[in-house]
Amino acid sequence: MKRYDGTSAELAAVDGRKRLNMDKVMTAVCFVLLLIIVVIPIVMIIYNAFFNEGRLELGTFVDQIKEEKNLSAMWNTLKIAIGATILGTIMGVFYAWLLGRSDIPAKGLMRALFNIPYMFPPFLGAMAWDMMFNGRSGYINKFLRTLFGLKTMPININSVWGIIFVEVSYYFPFVFMQVVSALERMDPTLEESARIAGAKQRQVIWKITLPLVKPAISAGALLILTTSLAHFGVPAILGYARGIYTLPTRIYAVIYNSGGSFDGIRQGAALSVMLVVVVSLALILQNRILSAGSYDIIKGKSMRPTLIKLRGAKVPLLILAILTLVLIVIVPLVMIVLISFLKAYGLPLSFENFTLDQYRTVFASNGTIDSIKNSLFASITAGVVCMFLGTLVAYVVQKIRPKGKGALEVISMLPYAIPGTVLSIGVILAWSGRIFGINLYNTIWIILVAYLARYLSFSMKTSSAALLQVHSSLEEAARVCGASHTESLADITLPLIRPAMVSGFFLIFLPAMREVTTSILLYGPYTRTLGVQIYSLRDAGMIPQAAALATVAIGIIIVLNTIVTKLTKDRKGV
Amino acid sequence: MADQIILRHVTKKFTTKTLGDIVAVDDFNLNVHEGECFSFLGPSGCGKSTTLRMIAGFEDLTEGEIELCGRLVSSSKKNLYVPPEERGLGMVFQAFAVWPHMNVFENVAFPLRIQKINKVDINRRVAEALHHTSLTGLENTFPSDLSGGQQQRIALARAIVTNPKVMLLDEPLSNLDPKLRETMRFEIKALQRKFNFTIIFVTHDQSEAMAISDRMMVCDMGRIMQIDTPENLYNKPCNRFVHNFLGESTFINVEIRDGKAYPKGHPEQALDLPVPADAAREMVVATRPNEIALKGPDGTGFTTHIEKRIFLTDRTEYLVSVGDQLLKVQTPHRVAFSQGEACSVHFVEPMWYPADDEQAEKERHRRQLV
Repeated sequence: MKRYDGTSAELAAVDGRKRLNMDKVMTAVCFVLLLIIVVIPIVMIIYNAFFNEGRLELGTFVDQIKEEKNLSAMWNTLKIAIGATILGTIMGVFYAWLLGRSDIPAKGLMRALFNIPYMFPPFLGAMAWDMMFNGRSGYINKFLRTLFGLKTMPININSVWGIIFVEVSYYFPFVFMQVVSALERMDPTLEESARIAGAKQRQVIWKITLPLVKPAISAGALLILTTSLAHFGVPAILGYARGIYTLPTRIYAVIYNSGGSFDGIRQGAALSVMLVVVVSLALILQNRILSAGSYDIIKGKSMRPTLIKLRGAKVPLLILAILTLVLIVIVPLVMIVLISFLKAYGLPLSFENFTLDQYRTVFASNGTIDSIKNSLFASITAGVVCMFLGTLVAYVVQKIRPKGKGALEVISMLPYAIPGTVLSIGVILAWSGRIFGINLYNTIWIILVAYLARYLSFSMKTSSAALLQVHSSLEEAARVCGASHTESLADITLPLIRPAMVSGFFLIFLPAMREVTTSILLYGPYTRTLGVQIYSLRDAGMIPQAAALATVAIGIIIVLNTIVTKLTKDRKGV
Repeated sequence: MADQIILRHVTKKFTTKTLGDIVAVDDFNLNVHEGECFSFLGPSGCGKSTTLRMIAGFEDLTEGEIELCGRLVSSSKKNLYVPPEERGLGMVFQAFAVWPHMNVFENVAFPLRIQKINKVDINRRVAEALHHTSLTGLENTFPSDLSGGQQQRIALARAIVTNPKVMLLDEPLSNLDPKLRETMRFEIKALQRKFNFTIIFVTHDQSEAMAISDRMMVCDMGRIMQIDTPENLYNKPCNRFVHNFLGESTFINVEIRDGKAYPKGHPEQALDLPVPADAAREMVVATRPNEIALKGPDGTGFTTHIEKRIFLTDRTEYLVSVGDQLLKVQTPHRVAFSQGEACSVHFVEPMWYPADDEQAEKERHRRQLV
């Protein structure tokens, strides 16, 4: 008789003698699916970057590395990512502290507003800023030039610094949200005991508070760094036309210019390897600088922390916070809406130039309606499939714990660190008939497959966290009551993690709806997504029409977010 | 002995969204002597923690003033408020509040580093503090690798390293297991003898407070109920709340008629007790269960019967029916009655209090929701 030591793997092993082991089936399904969805595309990139028709051929790779445009793109990518990370982190920490620890008024409202940039697609923001401060034709630029009688445009957003500025304004919430929640959960006596020890308020902030939230800062900074390195939208809109490339926009350019030929895709694969190397280096560097230890800072009885009185600085800081919000949230929004009413781009923003024609065109065009349908289809399907698949992987990793669970975990998390552009190349290589004999290229299915690979880790993470909360004794109690392994899974575990599964769905559905990085390389004539459609309209010079569609997209996003917030509020968590 | 901590008319009001105004601390007047170990005792919501936090300087007061070591540190009239770091206190928190990002040495050295003391002195004084708390050898260990008891010692070492005159202990033992609690209690007392600081000890555990304190303050619902030595508090509690809060108690509600006390719900037989002259019409007779004698029904005392017999380890407990009330009596095992048997009850110097105030009970409940 085998002794049962408390893991459900052991319990399952006892079952296994009697019937076909369901756990083994689930484990096998996980491995096969992850192999097809994640591993093969990645292997294909590496293979195609270095091999051609079965023979090692380093020519393409070396050529790409030598190419000066690519080197400068790599340099730009690094500059932008590091700049955005440093500035975004400072901004995020500052506002997190202001809202979490000071007596600034209207905290709840400001906190909600500071989260808006998080749900807002950055490339729409880039569009708005381009309309205002384009180095040649920006509206506010023209206004300022006339006002001060300048010869040149005062501000040029089409620069590395412009790109950094726009990325910071959309990425600082990564740090802000992490740090605010860490500050809230932190035991206030940790700070109080420093005061008792004789430390002044300022010393407490530097020596106790900041070091204790360092893991949160570090996690947020890492998110900014990897997101920015892989980001396509903002540098494409602000830099592309001015010859400022980053690696993701270079990959797009190479493939776009080659008209989708295999040679172009191979060059893209070589560039992808470069980008992956840069991302890995950045991760290592970040790890060195901010080695993230995790402390147990949630302890003790809950006491509200002593809020720091800002006294004289209260009003100026409040004004600063409000101005920041206006600048990064309201101004771009207003600009896009205003432009969407213009008869033609470049006309002055006065009432006689306003029309609703752009909206009529947008809704009359099949391409636009199709793009909304495509986005809805791809993101809902991806959300649902990932929700179940992610939960399956999470269950196998957390509860069944087979041999090789570590590999399973790493594979499912891999796309999280791999830029969307790179993943798209891999998906093209894998699904254009070259290995499976199935050609999905130019269909909506290839976009769906890419979304699955890209977003699987999201749902796996949420389900994993929820499963950790479900103590194995709960399932064991069901077994004692006579339920089979399958029954206890269906009646106990699944209902308990259902809320997490649903939020996993929305975590995928919402970003997929506004996504452009992945689909820009995968769309075909009839399979544009919402993001791609806006991008193409703008690229074709139909800027007011792009703005009108962007306004519609923002409307959809706001409605969806409101529904999600309502749903998650009403639901009771595990 | 000089008074080291003086509270004069200290009052703290909070406004909450759901429950309106709460007077958390209502007109506290208090003198703690130098070298004394003084406990704040009471149920949650009684104002003991708030008072401690006002002394520490984490909360400002609404009215009144606080003096520490002859120096005014909080005063509503003079609009004076000295921040915690300038009050020169030592403090140990319930959750220890040991900084997880610093090792043992750095935790203990922190107060000295803030004072910009030179390295040699820091090393010497930290070593000394670690020696007194039996932590020598653990300098480079991080708190997460240590047990609860050891983390508590770090907190203690950090508090004594500056050699403060006043030590505030906020339920420092309640996160430890019972055995360890007793050991730490002795260690705290030993440290007090060695460094001669004044202790304010906040707890809701009465036996802990009794064991450690020279004097204690029992408070309830933001009011001071009684301040006295542990013995006096136990033997002469000033009201029903204090009686009930310290040690085991049993109560009988009585009605006074013709100078005799009749238990409620049993108007025929009076208790065999002299009624105090100033008694109101309704009173409560309070006593300790082990201070009641139980005898056979010999015509003396109050004749009744045993309702229930409970065998405890070191004594037997009887629930005796007195009218529709139950009186708790504890006797040595040799006094043996069986369930339902007739008996007589003899009180030994019980306390008399005015009858229960329902309003007070409601207020207590409301506060505990805060």
